[in-house]
Amino acid sequence: MSLLDRVRALLGDEAVEVAATPDGVPRVAPASPDAVALLLGTAREEGWRVRIEGAGTWLPADAPADLALTTRRLDKIPAIEPQDLSATAEAGIGCDLLRQQLADRGTWLALDPPGLAGRTLGSIIATATAGPLRQGFGPVRDHLLGVTFVTGDGRLVHSGGRVVKNVAGYDLTRLEAGAFGAFGVIVLIHLRLRALPRADQTLALEGSREDLTQVAEDIAAAGIQPAAHELMSPALARRERWLLAVRFAGSAALVAAEEAGLRAATGGRFAPLRADEGHSLWMRAAESFATRPVAFRVGGLPDSSDELLDLLQHQVGDEWISASPAIGAIRWGGEATIDRLKRLRRTLAGLEVPLTLERAPWPVRSAVGHFGAYREGVGPLVAGLRRTFDPGEAFVVAAEGAE
Amino acid sequence: MARDLAPLVDTLAEIVGPRHVRTALPERVTYAKDGLPTHRRVPGVVVLPGSRDEVIAVVRLLGALGMPFVPRGAGTGLSGGALADGDAVLIVLTRLNRILKIDARNRLAVVEPGVVNVRLSVAAAPHGLQYTPDPSSQTACTIGGNVAENAGGPHCLKYGVTATHVLALEVALADGRVVELGSPGGEPWGPDLVGLFVGSEGNFGVATRITVRLLPVARAVRTLLADFTSLRTAGEAVSAVIASGIVPAALEMMDQSCIQAVEDSVYAAGYPRDAAAVLLAELDGAHEAAVAADAETIQAVLRAHGARSVLVAADAQQREKLWLGRKKAFGAMGRLSRDLVVQDAVVPRSTLPDVLETIARIAAEYGLTVSNVFHAGDGNLHPNISFDGRTPGLRERVEAASAEIMATCIAAGGTITGEHGIGLDKLRYMPLLFDGDSLAAMRAVRHVWDPEERVNPGKVVPVHACREWSGLRMGRAPNPGAQSAIRNPQSAIDRKATAR
Ligand SMILES: Cc1cc2nc3c(=O)[nH]c(=O)nc-3n(C[C@H](O)[C@H](O)[C@H](O)COP(=O)(O)OP(=O)(O)OC[C@H]3O[C@@H](n4cnc5c(N)ncnc54)[C@H](O)[C@@H]3O)c2cc1C
Repeated sequence: MSLLDRVRALLGDEAVEVAATPDGVPRVAPASPDAVALLLGTAREEGWRVRIEGAGTWLPADAPADLALTTRRLDKIPAIEPQDLSATAEAGIGCDLLRQQLADRGTWLALDPPGLAGRTLGSIIATATAGPLRQGFGPVRDHLLGVTFVTGDGRLVHSGGRVVKNVAGYDLTRLEAGAFGAFGVIVLIHLRLRALPRADQTLALEGSREDLTQVAEDIAAAGIQPAAHELMSPALARRERWLLAVRFAGSAALVAAEEAGLRAATGGRFAPLRADEGHSLWMRAAESFATRPVAFRVGGLPDSSDELLDLLQHQVGDEWISASPAIGAIRWGGEATIDRLKRLRRTLAGLEVPLTLERAPWPVRSAVGHFGAYREGVGPLVAGLRRTFDPGEAFVVAAEGAE
Repeated sequence: MARDLAPLVDTLAEIVGPRHVRTALPERVTYAKDGLPTHRRVPGVVVLPGSRDEVIAVVRLLGALGMPFVPRGAGTGLSGGALADGDAVLIVLTRLNRILKIDARNRLAVVEPGVVNVRLSVAAAPHGLQYTPDPSSQTACTIGGNVAENAGGPHCLKYGVTATHVLALEVALADGRVVELGSPGGEPWGPDLVGLFVGSEGNFGVATRITVRLLPVARAVRTLLADFTSLRTAGEAVSAVIASGIVPAALEMMDQSCIQAVEDSVYAAGYPRDAAAVLLAELDGAHEAAVAADAETIQAVLRAHGARSVLVAADAQQREKLWLGRKKAFGAMGRLSRDLVVQDAVVPRSTLPDVLETIARIAAEYGLTVSNVFHAGDGNLHPNISFDGRTPGLRERVEAASAEIMATCIAAGGTITGEHGIGLDKLRYMPLLFDGDSLAAMRAVRHVWDPEERVNPGKVVPVHACREWSGLRMGRAPNPGAQSAIRNPQSAIDRKATAR
């Protein structure tokens, strides 16, 4: 029996009736967490190598595998609880759809990941790709209350729950966030929400990088606490020069006070954007990263932001950059060779700054790895966790690169 | 102390100095409990290392001997987590109490695990910064213990629990290998092992160095005290506040019996004695005008949802008084009776009114005094049962009532602990929350850090409820070399060193 026949017998015809992959790997779309577990249990028995896909808009669907498992039919939103500011969604839901449904109930998921609007929720969590709102609302993991995932040998594991505070058992939820699927396929997510901000204002200032870096420091020193505070390269911002964009979100009183504070701290240099302008600035910047072949993030310290930008400019160029200088986080997009990426990672590691490869074609991913240059003792722990969650090495994930 | 631990004691004494190894029974008994009165274990030996290197040397020694050990901070835990059996060594970390670095520019601090929580905020204050997680025990508990439990506190509603604030860790694993997790900027090296370690209740190793985030001290603060004539109304008001879109820094509730206890104590805060419940709400931020406006809104919400009156603290002094009553409420309730079981569970905030009523019913059915003081904004309940453990049959009744309260919270969609952890106390409830595969996954993860389950054995995961997991040995690994090694520890270390 062919692989697809086997899957058909297991999960029914619908599970295999999805668009074919560009590289001819059979694609299967289970419609429930249990179906994912069934499929992976069989994969383990058969020795199939499985790659995990969401909507296929962020990581290219190009890893060599016997089977592509897409989460795109896991697209239900079982619960939105405005009273509790929590929601439960399946991993394959597109973020644009989710965002709309949340907004209809007056709630908001304070994440603005890079990539296209239809990126799946699961892919954002698996890659831990937070956007500029990480400044005010934290990394992806801070938005998760619990997840259900399926291991490489087909076990359904639940961690966390749907309440906002929970220390029952080890925090496997945080482990799944940012593991790029190496520890399982995330199928269901309990989210921490916020009330839809009553006021949401973006202001922007163009200038040289040096000038804007200074302004960013002034803003931080003045104790202003924006939701986003992003330094964008000209190409990314589609402007002549670098752009410093500041976003305030919250109650009307808060936003008004923050705007006044910003004016005072910067001599009124920032220009407020209309709501549609602000929206399109952030959206287009996010989408730009999906148009570059490679994206990575580095996490440094606020006082090293400028130095890190220099280093990036020197080693890989600085055409597509989005940086939160006040928290030392930088996202880079563009084209870079394997050697350059490896060298950059080594240099950064010497500065105690991790580089996480977020997006790249398979040859680059597999050579560079999403992770690498581990600190002391981390490698064996990661290897042990992989053996635990994927004993048959079913998942094709370039967690670490080839040496 | 078991007789054959004597040679081990000598080697421990060589590492930490004889004064810092405790073997006499009366000394060991002082470590037999944590903050929870219902569990008692007397450790075999107690050792108090004075530096990171000494911790590592002690852990290496115990690793070579295959001996179980338990890390312990201040022992204020409320789940029996820091207790060690007679065959285990208790490693007390309170002498590792140095703040190693405060980096104001990058808003972070590096501390040893035994630093008492509040000391860090005091040290950061001159820089206009603070360490935000503020458990009510903050004048005693250690940051190492906070990391292990993923501790919360009133102000974690807005600013997040301990996990949100830990950037990097140095950890001594069960065999004494040292690992560095996370980076000063908070971005992990690969998967988020810091996130996994926080809340692991001492099962993954000993945190020897902790890097945490500091936040600016809020410039503007408003503290409100709202009182209610029914517990149910107070619960409904909590949901209304949460749904308002304004996130208070803190939103705490105390019920009538808690109010009485506080008002009868030296911490009397002026809570209205005739109220069925009070809500203590705090709003803070960088801007006076914004905080004032938000406070107005919250006041209006509270009034619209049944508050009899809302008091706004007039000055810092009154604010502190209102808070002191809340922070010392456990102590005040402790004086009501000989024993106090502090419970911990979380429910979806919208279910608070129903759950509080059910808890009151359970208390009445069992004839027990249950008082509530808790982090209402998070739905994190602390139903506390006051009793006299000497009364025959009463402990059993307390246990049975606790179990019913836990079942109620789970049925409401909640969980069995929001901040105190599983430890020994909640092991039996874990299967109510997690199936066999999920528990086995936790156990398998533990084996990655500690294959022999030697660090804080018997806590968090109920082993009997785990399903089979490939590559996972069930039961504690027998260690044939252990007995002879105890008799001659140095030779065991030498053998291991040669083997490497
Ligand atoms: C009056 C009172 C009020 C409290 N209020 C709160 C509250 O508001 N919020 C809250 O979250 N908790 C609260 N607690 C519980 C307790 O204070 C916390 O759990 C605290 O984090 C424990 O810290 P500790 O130093 O006392 O740890 P311990 O009790 O000594 O140990 C707790 C656990 O941590 C492990 N551990 C300790 N140090 C390390 C280390 N360096 N490395 C690895 N593992 C380690 C131990 O093995 C144990 O499992 C309260 C307790 C009391 C008595």
